[in-house]
Formats: sequence, structure tokens, C-alpha cells
Amino acid sequence: MERFTYLAILAFIFVGSAWLEIALRTRVLRRWKRLLLSLAAPFAIFVAWDIWALATGHWSIDPARTIGLDLFGVIPIEEIVFFVVVPLAAILSLEAVRSVRGWPLGDEESTP
Amino acid sequence: MTYTQLGILMVLVAVLIDLFVLRTRLVTRRGFWVAYVIVLFFQLITNGILTGIGAFRYADDAIVGQMPADGGPPPMFGEGRVVFQPFEDLLMGFSLCLLAMALWIYWGRRGVQRTPMAGPPRWRSGRWARTAPTRPAGADPRGPGDRDAAT
Repeated sequence: MERFTYLAILAFIFVGSAWLEIALRTRVLRRWKRLLLSLAAPFAIFVAWDIWALATGHWSIDPARTIGLDLFGVIPIEEIVFFVVVPLAAILSLEAVRSVRGWPLGDEESTP
Repeated sequence: MTYTQLGILMVLVAVLIDLFVLRTRLVTRRGFWVAYVIVLFFQLITNGILTGIGAFRYADDAIVGQMPADGGPPPMFGEGRVVFQPFEDLLMGFSLCLLAMALWIYWGRRGVQRTPMAGPPRWRSGRWARTAPTRPAGADPRGPGDRDAAT
């Protein structure tokens, strides 16, 4: 079961943020085109950073804690999922705060 | 370049992009900081677990802190660690999330699926809210079958 550790944490992050889509009507997943446009650049930048850091040895990931699917021979599939799930959770949190508090974020029709 | 230097650089880059490239100015908005505190809370938990059990290891010459000489687990605090994770991870997390959130606002402002906007929470309107505010007129709130009274 050890090899599912990282995957389980990712599942927790996804489930722990995705419920906001229903309960708070964040409407982030529903606006998937805008979501994909927002995730693309950070994904490319941070995956590149991650691959470089893993290759350089800045950090390493215990192979016993991953399912063992490594892309390009260096980056575990979990890391790829991480850079989708985490920024998604951030955007969901942002819209959740807007849903509850109504504070403007700069994309309203007449931005204050 | 060390992880420390790259982390600081990426925070600066993300803030500059937010302020002057996308001009989303999220770092000046209360909603962003409240959302970031929520993200940070969960980062400390999830990343704290993964670094605490040693799923992630960091080279001594890449971060400020040093690992214990006996090869044991990293300290919870001290040696540049915050809940087991090197503080550099917090820099990476902040820049990643700010960049994604700023782009989300940027594309919305550009008219890409600006609407439907978020909210309201389901407990304020819709099916989940029907128990409290839209009680049938004249019904006794403490009457039999009332959900609030049952608890």
C-alpha cells in the first residue's frame, strides 16, 4: 500500500477542493475552457522546473511511495497530476471565497 | 542556482506578472489572500505528511536547512523547515497558485467564460436552503417534524 501514498494525498487534495464546485457553486470545472487556458502555462513552467530539479538532484521522490510510472524516466506520474490538481484547488478556493463573501476579484462586469 | 534562490525568484516573477503583465493585481485583493491562506493550510498538512515521512527528500546544498547527520527524518520546525517541509516549498506553492489564479482572472476579464459567476452557496439558495428560510408561512418552527428542533 505504501506505493499509493502520494496518489492518496493527491486524491485528498482533489476531493477536498472539488466539493466546492457543488456546495458553493464555484463553477470552475464547468468553465473548463477558461480553466485549461489558466492551467496550461503554470503546468508547463513548473513541470519543466520539476524535471530539471529531479535531474539535478535538488530533490528526489522515494520510488516506494509512487506507483512507479515514470515519464521520461525521471518524473513520476504523480508529479504530473500534482501540477494539475494543486492549481485547480487554488482556483476553486478563490471562487469559493468569492461565492461566500462576494468580494470582487477583478473580472466582474464593472470592476471596482 | 539553489532551490532557495529559484523559489524567491519565482515568487517575484509571479507577483510581477500579476501586477504588471496580466495587470490582474490579485495580490492587492482580500479575496486572494483569504484563498491563499486556505491553500497554505492544506499545503502544510499534505506536504507536511509527504516530507515528514520522507517521500520527498531535498539536497542539503539546494535548501537553507541541513538534514540530520544520522540520516533521520527532518525536524518539524527549524533548519528552514515549516511542518517538516523546507520553507522553499512554500515559495514554490505560492508562485504556482498565484500564477494560476491570476491567469484565471485574466482570461475571465478577457471574456473567456467570464460567466456564470460563482455562487451563491447552496445553503443560501436552492434545494439545501429550503429547510430554513422558506419555511411555509404560519408553520411553527418548533413544531413536530422540524429539522432544527430535532437536533
